[in-house]
Amino acid sequence: MSAVTSPSDRPGHALTRSEHAAARMLIARHHVRWWEPIPWILALAYFFAFPSYLGFGTDLLITILFALSLDLALGYAGILTLGHAAFFGAGAYTVGLLAYHGIWSEPLTSLVLAAIVAAIIGLASGLVLLRTTGLTLLMLTLCTMALLEEGANMAHEWTGGFDGLPSLTIPPIFGLFEFNPLYPRTQYIYALIVLFLGFLVVRAIIYSPFGQSLTGIRENMLRMHAVGSPVRWRLVTCYTISAALAGIAGGLWAQTNAYVNLTTLSLDRAATVFIILILGGYGRLYGAFVGAVAYLVLSHFLARVYPTAWQLGLGILLVVIALFARNGVLGIADSLWRRWQAGRKP
Amino acid sequence: LFVIFGIDVASILLGGISAGMVLFIISVGLSVTMGLMGFVNLAHGAFAMFGGYVIVLAMNELGVAFVPALALGFIVTAIVSLVLERLLYKRLYRAGELDQVLFTIGLVFVFIAGVTLVVGPETQPFQPPAALRGQLDLGFMTYRTYSIFLIVVGVLIVVGLWLGFERTRLGAQIRATVDNRRMAESLGINVDRLFSITFAFGSGMAALGGGLGAEFLGLDPQYALKYLVYFLIVVSVGGLGTVTGVFYASVLIGVLDFVLKLYLPKGGTIFIFALTILLLLWRPHGLFKRTEA
Repeated sequence: MSAVTSPSDRPGHALTRSEHAAARMLIARHHVRWWEPIPWILALAYFFAFPSYLGFGTDLLITILFALSLDLALGYAGILTLGHAAFFGAGAYTVGLLAYHGIWSEPLTSLVLAAIVAAIIGLASGLVLLRTTGLTLLMLTLCTMALLEEGANMAHEWTGGFDGLPSLTIPPIFGLFEFNPLYPRTQYIYALIVLFLGFLVVRAIIYSPFGQSLTGIRENMLRMHAVGSPVRWRLVTCYTISAALAGIAGGLWAQTNAYVNLTTLSLDRAATVFIILILGGYGRLYGAFVGAVAYLVLSHFLARVYPTAWQLGLGILLVVIALFARNGVLGIADSLWRRWQAGRKP
Repeated sequence: LFVIFGIDVASILLGGISAGMVLFIISVGLSVTMGLMGFVNLAHGAFAMFGGYVIVLAMNELGVAFVPALALGFIVTAIVSLVLERLLYKRLYRAGELDQVLFTIGLVFVFIAGVTLVVGPETQPFQPPAALRGQLDLGFMTYRTYSIFLIVVGVLIVVGLWLGFERTRLGAQIRATVDNRRMAESLGINVDRLFSITFAFGSGMAALGGGLGAEFLGLDPQYALKYLVYFLIVVSVGGLGTVTGVFYASVLIGVLDFVLKLYLPKGGTIFIFALTILLLLWRPHGLFKRTEA
């Protein structure tokens, strides 16, 4: 794989290359771990355990999908973006506009359209924005999102402006499963299946050679240039896929809530998903899950009763995480697990 | 007719420039500290808000006069930011931008919640002192005294900062460090100390801007987030680590914003965002970066 000589390369050494510990780890990297079905079992159990909280559960699943899309761009490829809600909103408005004006409202194909529209915006903006890094990139993503938000606000004859598009009618999935706003069972299962498919896509990407090169770009962009990796195209591709996933999340949000408004495009939403991802741990597949559950459950119960205390606590939590726990909740769990394992061995 | 038109243009320019001055006073510290350390400090708006609160509360509750209140706001904010810098910011200089963004967003939330808890969520009323209220006769037209005052203060600060930046030893050290940090360090410049000083000074300036601008920007807990995008736009358009660049960018954005709000009250800001994107694509390091790195 590389020019570095490992112990197994020396003549007379018994191990062949593929038997080396590092090689075995690399080969088995994408295998399903024993604990990986647990979140999905929990999600299904939730469906039966909390039938009266399914609306909250649906929001949670959509947020996970959105955070997962951000993880691909920010966590794996290291694209510093504070404007990911641009794609969420693009997806939401695609579904919303098509349904509201009676052009097209079939749920599954609408989601595909939402993904396509978000991907086109991602590709177009990625082509120009991803030449830059750091603060400039941050500003450009922020401005792109603000541009879309202002655009949606200005085109109020189409988008309803500040008030958004209320009461969308979404037909049943396959003509069978109806969206019931009071008992959102269909919405929950629908969101769960879409999330699962999105998750499979992200999982496949990050364990592919393409995903590996993304991590390489995040860790050392110069070196990736030097080994001849087409850095900018990789980043643009990753950004486009990530945008499409965020667009699907936005489309889902519009369908399950049956309305769209400007908050789907706001800095608030972009900052929240950023916080969720980093709270859970970025650059790891399940960070989005842990972060979204922790954040939404806390905010659901605390923010309603003590909104100011919630903001204060969240702020302190972010400061502490940035200073002491760079890898979020999962990072802490990881290092505790390692310490425990190391303590058991000798 | 031409005379009326000319006065119209002049009054628009004056309004825009006075807004630009406040933008400049707030943003200049952000530009210099970002240029020095490459630290993405999203909490800068929170310092401006904090200082604004100190100034306005000192005037309204304690009856302190305008100028001493400004000085008080500057000093208190500078000290608070210095403590934060020494205790917390310092640890993140070598961390990635991601952690810096997260940390400073957290700090913004703490400031917003803290102000809401201590002072309350409502907008604080701000009254300029009697001498600065009303209209001032400029000879060819009359204009709001407070706006003229802001322009005068802004010009004084620009000149003062420019002299400090270009003509003093400290300024030379800052310029050297922005240009090439490693080289500056190996020449024996204490970059850590330099940064602490500029950070505290920049935050104090932000506090001044928060107080001076409270008249038209308002002052409520959401201030820290509401105007952050404007400060960041000014800094990235002007360029990091410059005084003059930030000045031109502030006046440009201030006048543009004023004109657009007047003629396109609905969604005029869209042009500012679009313009910023185009500018940054054309010159990623801003219009007036000190050196071409």
